[in-house]
This record gives sequence, structure tokens and C-alpha cells, in this order.
Amino acid sequence: MSVTSISRRTALASRVERLERMIEVRSFEDRTKQLFAAGIVHGTTHTAQGQEAVEVGLAASIRPTDIVTCTYRGHGIALGLGMLPEAVLGEIVGRVIGSIGGVGGSMHLSDMDVGLLPTFAIVGAGIPVAAGAALTAQVRGTDDIAVAVFGDGATNIGAFHEALNLASIWDLPVMFVCENNVYGEYSRYNLTTKVEDLATRADSYGMRSRIVDGQDIDVTVAAFTEEAARVRSGEGPVLIEAKTYRYAGHSRADTAPYRPDGEFESWLERDPIDTFSSRLIADGELDEAGLTQMREHVTARIERAVETVFASPEPDETSMFRHVWADG
Amino acid sequence: MPRARMRQAIVAAMHDEMQADPNVVLFGEDVAVAEGPFKTSEGLLAEFGPLRVRDTSISEMGFMGIAVGAAATGLRPVAEIMFIEFLGVALDQLTTEAAYFHYLSGGKVTVPLTMRASVGAGQGFGLQHSRTLENWLIGTSGLKVVSPSDPQTAYGLLRSAIQDDNPVAVLEPRALYGERGEFVTGDEGIVPLGVARLVAYGDDVTIVTLGQTTSIALAAANEANWTADVVDLCTLVPWDRTSVLESVSRTKRLVVVEQSPWSGGWGSEISAAVTAELFGELVAPPIRITCPDVPVPFNPVLEARYLPNPAEIILQIDALIDTGRRPKPWWERTLA
Repeated sequence: MSVTSISRRTALASRVERLERMIEVRSFEDRTKQLFAAGIVHGTTHTAQGQEAVEVGLAASIRPTDIVTCTYRGHGIALGLGMLPEAVLGEIVGRVIGSIGGVGGSMHLSDMDVGLLPTFAIVGAGIPVAAGAALTAQVRGTDDIAVAVFGDGATNIGAFHEALNLASIWDLPVMFVCENNVYGEYSRYNLTTKVEDLATRADSYGMRSRIVDGQDIDVTVAAFTEEAARVRSGEGPVLIEAKTYRYAGHSRADTAPYRPDGEFESWLERDPIDTFSSRLIADGELDEAGLTQMREHVTARIERAVETVFASPEPDETSMFRHVWADG
Repeated sequence: MPRARMRQAIVAAMHDEMQADPNVVLFGEDVAVAEGPFKTSEGLLAEFGPLRVRDTSISEMGFMGIAVGAAATGLRPVAEIMFIEFLGVALDQLTTEAAYFHYLSGGKVTVPLTMRASVGAGQGFGLQHSRTLENWLIGTSGLKVVSPSDPQTAYGLLRSAIQDDNPVAVLEPRALYGERGEFVTGDEGIVPLGVARLVAYGDDVTIVTLGQTTSIALAAANEANWTADVVDLCTLVPWDRTSVLESVSRTKRLVVVEQSPWSGGWGSEISAAVTAELFGELVAPPIRITCPDVPVPFNPVLEARYLPNPAEIILQIDALIDTGRRPKPWWERTLA
């Protein structure tokens, strides 16, 4: 049976699969960063090491028919939702095997089979768009929901505020998920916001909110599942702030010199992959040998994806003219 | 054939589309309960209900983004921007998101949204509520732009815009909302996108118009000693090259009348394209009759001067035909 984004999505029902997916995201992001650092890949990219428990946890908690929007740090969400590594890496590298044949790049991943609208290079733009997808569900009377995924920096842009206000007055079935990874580009978030807990911004809109430990996937799955059910049942939108941390710099050129000493190390102690794998072993769902094998499988899968992508051709010049206009 | 005001033609188009397709929804500021600040949504809330006809908060960035998300997931939203200048805060959603989703999804997602906006000057609303701003919207691949000039085109272009699977901006000349005209509804009333209308026939000059400038040009042509083809583009993006070239190849003179400033207008695009094709055949340079490069003035005498009018069109085309040279626009004549 061939692997598809849907089959990868369905697999997340198992906790062991979730661990493997988090390891896959981590390895993929590390490998992507290496490729850029080696000057092999064009342009820029934004990696999400450290945020795996939020992203894979979200994917494990919602349906493939729920629509997701996400800003440019989207590889973890994309892989979590089910996209294949070759499709994601292919797009990052700009080859034909990429999810849209290489014309979009790292910031523009999409797979409507698993609900992912094209990811956004404009901070905050996806937030009202998710509210719009929720409007569709509301008008049609389905119980699908929409999810906007964005960072701490996005909570300062106008589109965030307007979308939350509209979602709240119209009771739109949308989950607003803020990955507070402490840094908005190069700025620590307390320099750009007077508010410590971004979830409290929901109060301004008369909206429910929740703060979640983003480094524990059992916690994120429980929270996202519970909140999704409430949104689905018509309780209205919610703002969820997942406290997490970005291991890498903002983009490929950034080595994060602005981090205070010791901060990175203290987050590393709660690494979502290490802590979850230890827990699965303690729970008897996995053993050390299984974990080692899992890591080897993931490494092999990523390396195969790298080979496949670099063997894939560059798109020919006619491809820039495709899908510019919808017919009809 | 019903004869009604342009705003009523817009209501009729919205009604017919909403009745035919349950996916069509409308939202904007004061469009539901108040039935539209320009009465362009009269009766729609009562007929189609609050799920489909909604008042927004003053949040253009928010509701344009909602329009994108709704359109990308199967609805056909019509988002009303009260004055085109308000699009400024929401330009991202129209020109950087809606226009590109089809491309960025490898063709899997379409964004059949329609943005309706009131545009133009002549009613003393001042410089922040009087522009046409087509120029913000040209040159974004994936985004179409239309502008009606009378009740029939208001009805027919809006229906086509809603049915089109691409995002379409409909720029409605606000000064024409109250203008009466005959129009046909139903399928025969639909005006296809990308096709210009020849609204007057003549031999001496082709006058290309859009929106509010169509009736001004017609008035000029009716009074003048020369005769003109008046080509109402109806659709600015993509504009009907075939019809314009066919006309100019007969008349050998091109004049574009724009309700926008002298510099950087869409008429330059038409002029460049026609000149490149018909250079050796023209008997005069292509010219544009526009507003000056200043903000729209408030005082009514100044505002009327600011806008192209029939007398100015006649004067400039008389000079163009007589001399074969570019005539001076009024501000070069009076302020030199």
C-alpha cells in the first residue's frame, strides 16, 4: 500500500507514530538547515526545531477535513498533517517533485487532501483566512472547523485582532493556535508586547482562551482534542497559546545571538522528543531497541527524500505560466 | 425592459446570483441591516437571512481575509469595501493572497471571491473618499478588474464576476449609483468579462473609456464635429485588445479618457500596447485625457474642473485632429 498524506495522517492515532513523526520533523529541519548552510539551496527558510509537540499534536487532534492555515515556519505543520518529506523538501529546493513543482518554495506549502491551505509569507495573513474557512463550515452547516497556526509576533498585527473580533461576533468555528516560541524574528516577545500571556488577548474579543505546555505532546493532544470538540459543537472560537521554543534562529542566516545565556539549555532539558520517548518507554509502549530502530528508519527516510529530491529535475520555464488563472 | 437606477441593478444581480447558488454570500460594513450605505443590498438580508448576508465590524483586513478563506473552501463571497481607499489596509488579502492561491496550490484551490467597491469623485467626499485606484490592482496576475458604466453593465458584470472562479474586483462609480437606465436581467443580461462594448460608432477617433468616463465621452462625441468609436472597456484586467485594436486600425487615432491622475494611469498601458501594434498606421500620437497630478480637491468648482468633462474632451480631440500633435491638458494651458 503506497504512502499518502492521508495515510500518514491517519497513522497519528498511535502515540508511537506521533513520536516517530516528531523525530521526522526534527531530522528534516536539521537536514534542511544543513543544506542551506552548505549553500546548496536557494533563498531562505524558517525551521521549527523544538516546536514538534505543538505541530504533530495538533495534527493528531483534528480531522483531515478541518482546514489549517499556517505562516512561513510551516515544515513541521506540513509534515505533521501528513505531507510527504519528498513533497516538502522538493518544494524547498525548487524541484518538480515539490508539492507545487518548485514555483513556491519553503514558505508556500499546501496539501488540500489533509486540509493545508498554502502557507503564508505574510505574518498574520492566515488568521482571517482560517476564519473564512470556518465561515464556510458555518454557512454549510457542517461540523468541520478551521485552525489558524501563527507565532507570538503575529498577535501584534492588525489582521490578528480583526480576525478574532469577527470570529467572536459571528461565533465562527475556528481555533486560533499561537505558537509562542519566545521570539518574533529577532525580537524577544516581551520587547514587542506588554502582555506576558498572549492568550489573554482573547479577553478583548470576549473569546475563550487556554494556555498549553507546548513541549508535551500528550498535553497538546488532550488540549487540542478537547478544544476542537468544543468549537465543533458550536461553543464559538478559542485562542490557544502553546508555550514552546524555537531552537534554530529566525531564518537560515540567523544564529540567534540575541538569546540570553542559559535560555536554550533550560528549554533543551524539556526537549519534547526526549521526554516523550522516555515516557513511552516507561509506559511500555516502546523499548530502547525500538527507539533506536525508529531513529534509523527516520534518518533513512530523510536521506531517501534528499536523494529523490536532488534527482528530480528543475521545472521547465513553461511551468511559471501554469495555474495563474482559474478557468471558468 | 425594466428601467432603474444602477444601485437597483446591483441589487438585482446580487439577488439573482444568491438565488441561483447557495454558496454566494455577502458581507461588508452596513450591508445587512442598513441594506448598504449606497443601498446596494436592499432586501437581501430579508430574503436570504443572516448566515448569508452579514454586517462586519470596521475590519477590512479581517473580512477580506475571511473572504479569501471562504472562497478557498467553496463559497462565493462578495465582500463590499465601502470606499475603495479602505482597501489600502486590506490590500494584502486581495493582491498577495487571493490572487495567488490558485498558483500556490498547484491549481487545487480556487478563490472565486468578488470585491465590490465604490469609487470615483464628483460628490464632494474629499480626497480620501474620491479615488478610483484601478492602478493599485493592475499587474497582479490572478486578479481581474472590472468597472460598470451603467445599470446594464452593473448588473451583467457583477453576475459574471461572481460566477468567475478567479478573484474579481468590481469598481462601481459611486456618482452613477443613482443614474437610471434600462437593463435586462437573467442570462441575457450577463455581460462577459474581457469583452469591451462599442457604445458609439465613428470614423475619426477611438475613445477608450472605463466606468464613469464612458458617459462623459459619449456626451462629447454627440456634440462634436468629429465622429468617434467609443469603446467602453468594461473589463480592465484582462482588457479587450482585439476590440480596441480593431477600432484604432480603422480610425487611426487613440484617445483614452481616465478618471485618474495624469501619471501612471491604466491608459498608459492601453496606449503602449496599441502603439506597439499600430505604430506606422496612426495619424496622431495616442493621448490620454485625465485628471491632473494632484489630490482630488473638495470645493465643488475645483472638483468639477479636476474631472475630465465633455468640453475638455472636445477641445483636446479637436486639437489632436487639427494638428496631429499632443494637445495640452487644461492645467498646462491655464497654469503655464
